Amino acid sequence: MITEAFSEAFRLISSGDSDLFEILELSIQVGSSSLLISMLLGLPLGTVLAISRFPGKQLAVTTLNSLMGMPPVVVGLLVYLLLSRSGPLGVLGLLYTPTAMVIAQVVLITPIIAALTYQVIDDLHNEYQDLFKSLNIPLPKAISTYLIDARYSLITTVLAGFGRAISEVGAVIIVGGNIDHLTRVMTTTIAFETSKGELSVALALGIILLTLALIINAFVTLLKAFAVRNAYA
Amino acid sequence: MPNQNTNNVVDITSHSTTQDQGIQLRNINLTLNNNVLLKDINTVIPEKGVTMLMGPNGAGKSLLLKCLHGLLTPDTGALIFNAKNKPLAETKQAMVFQRATLLRRSVIQNLSFSAPKTTTQQELLFWLDKIQLTGKQNLPARLLSGGEQQRLSLARALINQPELLFLDEPTASLDPGSTHILESIIKEASDDGVKVIFITHDIGQAKRLSSDVMFLHQGRLLEHSDTQQFFTTTRSAEAKRFLAGEILL
Repeated sequence: MITEAFSEAFRLISSGDSDLFEILELSIQVGSSSLLISMLLGLPLGTVLAISRFPGKQLAVTTLNSLMGMPPVVVGLLVYLLLSRSGPLGVLGLLYTPTAMVIAQVVLITPIIAALTYQVIDDLHNEYQDLFKSLNIPLPKAISTYLIDARYSLITTVLAGFGRAISEVGAVIIVGGNIDHLTRVMTTTIAFETSKGELSVALALGIILLTLALIINAFVTLLKAFAVRNAYA
Repeated sequence: MPNQNTNNVVDITSHSTTQDQGIQLRNINLTLNNNVLLKDINTVIPEKGVTMLMGPNGAGKSLLLKCLHGLLTPDTGALIFNAKNKPLAETKQAMVFQRATLLRRSVIQNLSFSAPKTTTQQELLFWLDKIQLTGKQNLPARLLSGGEQQRLSLARALINQPELLFLDEPTASLDPGSTHILESIIKEASDDGVKVIFITHDIGQAKRLSSDVMFLHQGRLLEHSDTQQFFTTTRSAEAKRFLAGEILL
């Protein structure tokens, strides 16, 4: 049975099954959109937190670190309450749309990107702060310099965010509803098909997910090797 | 006979600096974690030339340099650039640290990082030539040797045409060749009117470059005099022991 499921999975992939690739396309769209928004929020937030001094900073850092471990189903529930018809944003009618899934994923992965960015930039700040003060570097230029100079370390941070987005199921199934041809993504399909006993589609998507992860990791490993060789890491 | 105040500080008497010229340090005190690190420092640093800060490790030289540059704020006291009639913090300054801090970028990107916006490619290449790094502009800066990194740091500091240049043991771990190149550039900058305040443990370097020497020990300024006077008629017992190569505790 497992052998049959595997051969059916490879057949679906090699034949370019339209349903399969529609799910794949939506998964990448939702994951990429969430990642982009989370990067725009999380990278500057983590950087500002690392280079600023204010009362309660340690509390803010601890809170951010705690938010990294937020259970996806809890995030899904909170976003559901926010977007449901009786919720504060219910009027927008976003529940069970890809936008709702993006919102849920942004809530999930922004703390991850911000907290990991904080750790990377905090180390760099210890090295650069006297130089920047000495050269009178204005804050916006300091922030952009930190982000540019930490680029290779931040790629891993961003990858961690993307990994969470693309593999997450709890939140997107609550706010997206796993509606065929509308909000069905790889993870929700795997869960759904497995529960039905239809292993071939689930396996095909699992193989694609693993292949994607391998390709991205190989790319990042090459980039990091380049960075270390050139003392950019 | 030099004037001597209650803190056993020997005032400058041998060079022409007056209260109306130079950089005035008035009653500088610095305490961190209940440790008194700088104590009642009063002197006037001449407006021109190279002033050397000397003293054993832990004397407070780097802390004083950081206070002068504005990286640390003293608990009490004032720093005034009398010749320019303005607080020291408002002067155009630059600093080279003991360990070169270079961005994770190419040589030329490091040089242009803080350069004025009007700086041309030609000027950047001129500076690279001056620090003998021509042809290495596109190399990652952190792959340069220690001497090359320190030269790049110095060029990055000088490209902004500072009025004041602070140097914290920039040649501490360099070979004689690299030290010579750095000293030539520093001497040239000083001759062009840049005021240089320089920390060193190298007595030969102090004799070669400086116009006056400040000697610190345990956070106190024990002596500040013309270089020749400092080395020929050293007054404080601690400075004499330091110059004799004894370990000061």
